[in-house]
Amino acid sequence: MADTATSPETGDEDAGRRDFLALAAGGMGVVGAASFAWPLIDSMNPSAEVLALSTVEVNIDPIAEGQSITIVWQGKPVFIRRRTADEVAAAKKGDGEDLRDPQKDGDRVQNDTWLVMIGLCTHLGCIPLGQKGTDPKGEFGGWFCPCHGSHYDTSGRIRKGPAPTNLPVPPYKFVDDKTILIG
Amino acid sequence: MSTAPQWKNPVVRWVDERLPIFTYMDHEYNQFPMPRNLNYFWNFGALASIVLVVMIVTGIMLAMQYTPHVDHAFNSVERIMRDVNYGWLIRYIHMNGASMFFIVVFIHMFRGLYYGSYKAPRELLWMLGVVILLLMMATAFMGYVLPWGQMSYWGATVITNLFSAIPLVGEWIVTLLWGGFAVDNATLNRFFALHYLLPFVLVGVVGAHVVSLHITKSNNPDGIEMKGPQDSVPFHPYFTAKDSVGMGFFLIFFAFFVFFAPNYLGHPDNYIEANALVTPAHIVPEWYFLPFYAILRSITFDVLFIPAKLMGVILMFGSILILFILPWLDTARVRSAKYRPIYKYVFWVFLIDCIVLGWVGAQPAEGTALIIGQIGTFYYFIHFLVVMPVLGKIETPLPLPASIAEPVTGGGGGASAGAAAAKMEKS
Repeated sequence: MADTATSPETGDEDAGRRDFLALAAGGMGVVGAASFAWPLIDSMNPSAEVLALSTVEVNIDPIAEGQSITIVWQGKPVFIRRRTADEVAAAKKGDGEDLRDPQKDGDRVQNDTWLVMIGLCTHLGCIPLGQKGTDPKGEFGGWFCPCHGSHYDTSGRIRKGPAPTNLPVPPYKFVDDKTILIG
Repeated sequence: MSTAPQWKNPVVRWVDERLPIFTYMDHEYNQFPMPRNLNYFWNFGALASIVLVVMIVTGIMLAMQYTPHVDHAFNSVERIMRDVNYGWLIRYIHMNGASMFFIVVFIHMFRGLYYGSYKAPRELLWMLGVVILLLMMATAFMGYVLPWGQMSYWGATVITNLFSAIPLVGEWIVTLLWGGFAVDNATLNRFFALHYLLPFVLVGVVGAHVVSLHITKSNNPDGIEMKGPQDSVPFHPYFTAKDSVGMGFFLIFFAFFVFFAPNYLGHPDNYIEANALVTPAHIVPEWYFLPFYAILRSITFDVLFIPAKLMGVILMFGSILILFILPWLDTARVRSAKYRPIYKYVFWVFLIDCIVLGWVGAQPAEGTALIIGQIGTFYYFIHFLVVMPVLGKIETPLPLPASIAEPVTGGGGGASAGAAAAKMEKS
């Protein structure tokens, strides 16, 4: 191409036009390729039937004090714990400590008794132990991640170990006294 | 013109001295000499490669959503259509892309037949093309089985049963193909694996086809070799531009089917889930297999000691395999039909024969259609085995131009369209 565009008989005006044509054609090509690529990429996003599973209703009536259950929401484990008075007190006490990801216990729960959070360690996604009575609960009496040793307190806040943030709280609401809707 | 370029960019130069991809691309797609007289029929090779890329890209996306299991395959395809983001678009592109691929490749092949592109020194180029066609057919057939509709299932049953016609080992081969005693889950699984594999084999053979093309260079409507720079123009910008124009029109044609008639080329029966206990009343393959299907069904009588079933299979495969030896069956020295006063008409008769066979393939195998199919099959082979060898001997070709440049420039450089292009190149 170079040998035709720079020959002496070609005026600057022609070269400019040719550059414009090349840019315009190239630009259209990019737009075309992008509009072909987008549906392909978007097809990898969650499909309609996956999105349809975005809420889960949970009956919390059978959960006794000091007991936890794990339910599945969007393919992830969600911890629902009916906390004891001691645990709530420990969580409130933790509000004043030096926290890596400072958050008040009151901001993490809608009702002091019920702690709802996504049970995936914020380090690299393992499920922390602490749901069963026999599980190790870490140095702060909450949850302990066995993969890389992160300790969470009774509010699910990171207290020790490599995890950067607290266990996240999913969107949820109390439908009535016995039922919560997650998602 | 064909000197090695000096790369100004130091990174490009560094890479190029170690792995000459830039020099290669410049040589094969920038400076590469193309005959100056190519018409739009020379677009179809490039179009075929575009369709191949589109098929592979959309196919990979579909494979991410598809489940190759008899219990889930049909539903997973419906899920793609209803739930997956743009799944309907990707599937319709892939589905119609198969038809587009055959449309483009058939035109590409008939181009080769008309202009004698298969003749020396391009025999191997042509034979690689026939391998590509066979791979395409195998891939398309197995892909059609994957949605697990009624046509998928019964198409798979009928086509795999073709192999049972082979004497002695036929039944054993069919069981091996099925991985069972009927088309079932094992069959579906292996068809999916092979449907994913073969396109990449296809890419390899297309690569060989292109390398071979770049050794022999393109044939052209005059069917005479380029004799010097006056007969050629560089690939870029002349054919990048010409191929782009063709691509634009082709993509509009393609998009029309995808958006406005996505199921026109398919069969409604394939939206009924496969049922091993009910055969559809009228089994028809996809349109691109119809002429071959007609040949298969036209043999209703035993030929000497060969049973009708086996003879049908032999002729069906033979109708494609015969293309491998076409370069030697055609005895004419002149390539292009433009300079072959009789072949010019014989070509059209053959093309019409193929279209008639395609029509027959879509009809029930009885009555007039069957007889027309038998005549059409007979002529198909007569064309290759008798007409092509004999015609080359008895036909008196028209005088060939001295060079590619001569008919367009009138020998010296007249003011025709071709000459205008030549001037642009010089100025």
